[in-house]
Amino acid sequence: MKVLNVIATAYRATLEEQDDTVLWLTHALKSAGADLDVLLRANAVNYVVKAQDIGRLAFGERVQKQGPRLAEDVAGLIAKEIDVYIVAEDLADRGLATDELIDGLKEVSRDDITALFDDYDHIWHW
Amino acid sequence: MVGYLLIESRDPFDWNDVSQFYDLAANLAKSGNQVTLFLVQNGVLPARKCVHSEALSAVARAGVDVLADEFSLDERGIAIGALVTGVSAAALDVVVDQLAEGRKAMWH
Amino acid sequence: MADKKTLTFALMDAPFETARTTTALRLIDIAARRGYDINVFAYEGAVFVPFALQKQHANPIHGHPEVEEEDHPLPREWVSALIAEAEKNGGKIDWVNCGLCVDERGAGESVEGVRRGTPGDFWEMASASDNTLVIATK
Repeated sequence: MKVLNVIATAYRATLEEQDDTVLWLTHALKSAGADLDVLLRANAVNYVVKAQDIGRLAFGERVQKQGPRLAEDVAGLIAKEIDVYIVAEDLADRGLATDELIDGLKEVSRDDITALFDDYDHIWHW
Repeated sequence: MVGYLLIESRDPFDWNDVSQFYDLAANLAKSGNQVTLFLVQNGVLPARKCVHSEALSAVARAGVDVLADEFSLDERGIAIGALVTGVSAAALDVVVDQLAEGRKAMWH
Repeated sequence: MADKKTLTFALMDAPFETARTTTALRLIDIAARRGYDINVFAYEGAVFVPFALQKQHANPIHGHPEVEEEDHPLPREWVSALIAEAEKNGGKIDWVNCGLCVDERGAGESVEGVRRGTPGDFWEMASASDNTLVIATK
């Protein structure tokens, strides 16, 4: 069974969770033997921006020690041989240039998404 | 070709990416696939004649079977007789039917 | 049953926050009435859907000063009812709460029939199903 995880929602509880929970789930599923790839679309395309920096989040004396490292988490998927596709128009709409992004992404246009879906048994839209 | 079930729970009044989901449905149909766009929750709002309903009718003209959850329609006071061209009311059972059939299913 | 199917649902939303919870349970209800085998992977806030400590309250604004009058829905009761419905029709519901999600939320007390699990369980369930529907949060 081959699955394409489509990730669209971004920065939802990423500070509380110290990650994006669907990127995390993708890592966990891969470790459990899943055959899956990822398509980043909509605001989730911002996850591959190298310059993301959560700075220092603190509430009173309680300081966050392990903030989210979203670009690294996506790079980690690529390192595990998960194909990470990203919608070109969504990058362009958000003013993102290639040199701002991590390496190893596979750009796909909106028009090509339907053909991409043919390669998968299931499309899980998160 | 393959069957697709696209479930749209959001409406184009509050969400600006609903049109992309409509486009996806239309493009999948134009590629020769059997496609159902099942509207549920606020996703049924543009099924009542409004500024966004032509987009739904266009999806239907592209060959997509556009269905609106009867329960969601009732909940919002949208009469079945008032549905725009190309949209039909249906029970949520259709979603379970098509899941059981093995269609590639996506929820938006 | 001639056409018994196995369906898996992945849920993410906490109860009382979004219409997605009710729609998901409506889908599960349809499948339960058909006697299907149903898997639910409850991720993140969805681990609170079967939370055992949900409690009804009165609603004077509704004109119901007594708890019984309001008869407020509790998703945990819906989950229990669905588990019973599936069994009644020859199917079953395997409801798995993601363990780490349970821990960080303190949602450890669930109604009977709910078990703790992992993403690996989700993959196993999905792999053995006729289909899987992910109902993500927003």
